[in-house]
Amino acid sequence: MTTLTEYRSTSELLGNLTLRELRSKYKRSALGWAWSLLNPLATLLIFSLVFRFFMRVQLPPSETSGLQNYALFLSCGLLPWNYFTNSVSGSIGTLVGNANLIKKTYFPRELLVFSNVASWNVSLLIEMGILLLVFLAFGNMVLPWIPALLVLIVLLTLFVAGLSLIFSVLNVFFRDVQHLVGIVFQAWLYLTPVIYPITLIPESHVLFGVDLPLRRIWELNPMARFVGAFRDVLYDLRWPELNDIGYLALVSVATFFIGLTVFNRLSGRLAEEL
Amino acid sequence: MSTRPAVVVDDVSKRFRLYRERNQSLKAALMRGRRAVVEEFWALQDVSFEVPEGSTFGLVGENGSGKSTLMKCMARILQPDRGSVRVNGKVSALLELGAGFHPELSGRENVFLNGSILGLGQKELAAKFDEIVEFAGLGQFIDQPVKNYSNGMYVRLGFSVAINVDPDVLLVDEVLAVGDEAFQRKCNEKFADLKAAGKTIVLVSHNLSAVHNLCDRAAWLEHGVLKMIAPARQIVDEYMSTVQIDRVEDVETGGNRWGSGEGRIEKVELLGPSGEPASKVRTGDPVTIRIHYCMDEPIPRPVFGLAIHTLDGTHVTGPNTRDTESVPDKLEGEGHVDLRIDPIRLLPGTYDITASLYDYACLHPYDFRHHVLRFDVDPGEPHESYGVVSLGGSWRVPGVDPAA
Ligand SMILES: Nc1ncnc2c1ncn2[C@@H]1O[C@H](COP(=O)(O)OP(=O)(O)OP(=O)(O)O)[C@@H](O)[C@H]1O
Ligand SMILES: [Mg+2]
Repeated sequence: MTTLTEYRSTSELLGNLTLRELRSKYKRSALGWAWSLLNPLATLLIFSLVFRFFMRVQLPPSETSGLQNYALFLSCGLLPWNYFTNSVSGSIGTLVGNANLIKKTYFPRELLVFSNVASWNVSLLIEMGILLLVFLAFGNMVLPWIPALLVLIVLLTLFVAGLSLIFSVLNVFFRDVQHLVGIVFQAWLYLTPVIYPITLIPESHVLFGVDLPLRRIWELNPMARFVGAFRDVLYDLRWPELNDIGYLALVSVATFFIGLTVFNRLSGRLAEEL
Repeated sequence: MSTRPAVVVDDVSKRFRLYRERNQSLKAALMRGRRAVVEEFWALQDVSFEVPEGSTFGLVGENGSGKSTLMKCMARILQPDRGSVRVNGKVSALLELGAGFHPELSGRENVFLNGSILGLGQKELAAKFDEIVEFAGLGQFIDQPVKNYSNGMYVRLGFSVAINVDPDVLLVDEVLAVGDEAFQRKCNEKFADLKAAGKTIVLVSHNLSAVHNLCDRAAWLEHGVLKMIAPARQIVDEYMSTVQIDRVEDVETGGNRWGSGEGRIEKVELLGPSGEPASKVRTGDPVTIRIHYCMDEPIPRPVFGLAIHTLDGTHVTGPNTRDTESVPDKLEGEGHVDLRIDPIRLLPGTYDITASLYDYACLHPYDFRHHVLRFDVDPGEPHESYGVVSLGGSWRVPGVDPAA
């Protein structure tokens, strides 16, 4: 009985904190909510220009759907990627930003991190909804793939939440984390096949006389697999390979539980360290 | 009412780490390696007590004695390093009012947000919303962003939400000093209601008369150690007399002095019941204020005056020798004049004495010594809680024998 009411009030609090994030994000800006769409649109435009027209990234037509459109190809990777980086960087500052709340009131601290992730999740869902319409307009029948898409979003959210938990709490003890993660994300974007197809990475590469299975190494990066899987479902209209899904499920669930453990281990001291 | 304790503080110790250079960087952590440059500081040590259900419990102690730390342990904001705190029922902590408010959001949005942080469900909040706004007295401001609120409005809304959480145990840390007169009265009524409804209240306050009036029992913390736990009145009396015990003889250097100097006030003494100089007396004691003078030349018709002020500057009394027509034709050499006060009707507190020597017209100061002596009054008889003096009245109440 008490656990049930506790659970309900916890989820209500999560809802309220998420609403607060969403409301305060665009409060007092003339375009308000439109910014959440204009932002990714601008990135999309810039990347399309730079990589498609100046750098001339070559994109073969999809084997399964026949689609050949760089902007759409890019969107499939860019939306999950933005969700990932926005959530994690947003979460890093959230404990420090809510120091007063943490020092003066009691509530499960992880809700601050979850509400930040949830607010970006709302943005992702809206963007994905629009992207689905665009795909339909370009003749890709994406509707049957929506359940698969939702499964991927759930897995990505677990992965994102796990990393957010770890970095947010570490940042309270070492404020460098914020800057460090900023740099890591810059490099990580280019190590992930967001703006280029994974086929651009050679299967193997000889380095100092050692034959490296470069593509395999590339695919250790969970974000590379996520982007690949989103693309499979939306752009190529095919099932991601089973080992991709298995790998992602394993990494996501593990990251989430490691994140929870680290967070719970350290969060007891938040009120005194902030 | 049951005797089940509402709060059990069991052997609680809390340690803080004090970083010598507060440098939260990775570099600093790597440089100092495993042997961290931290000092430990025990803010609470082996504190144990129980708060009975339905009672109001006070916590007193000097600044930094660990009161807020203990409250935060009860509110689960801090985790004790040793020992445990058990609370039976729902806790609501008023440590800082409006702590969860987001400045850009409206009062309405913040009520729902803050309410759910404090553990209220959406349905309950919606049902109580009008009452909350009504109690805060905000009117149409409720839809304004809270950053446009005055301090008082902010605090009123915070208090209003917190008090409507309907807690079993309410923790209040020094938050009631804000708000205007009317709001303070409302708060006190609300406390009385909660008390009547059998809720438990734990109160931290430096306002000893509030502790005395509101609390049944109280605990006294000193440097993180529980020094005493007893009925509130006893704690307040003990605490007051100990806090003031380190009084230096007088505040001679701090006071101002002026006058032409032909006749001088050399010293002012307070003599206690035994006739010995004292820096501390009790309400109701017979005391004497002695002014030692020294005249370089004969002074015709000198007037001695005394004034007693409270620390906040209230002029309590100002007797002088002219008003009582006890002025000699002239005085020379050394000697002293006494003011006998029996009994002294000052209530507990700290007072400053000012002494003066004037001519008969009270226009020419020979010597004026502002705040020449400071002394303390401890609780005695009669025991009264309010004001600075007792008028020594006696009550006649039906059914009460006045002789008892
Ligand atoms: N987060 C913290 N880190 C280090 N030291 C702390 C921390 N919080 C409190 N302290 C120390 O613990 C001691 C007790 O502080 P606390 O706030 O409990 O005092 P208090 O009795 O409430 O005082 P006051 O009457 O001024 O409110 C103080 O010496 C304070 O410096
Ligand atoms: Mg305090």
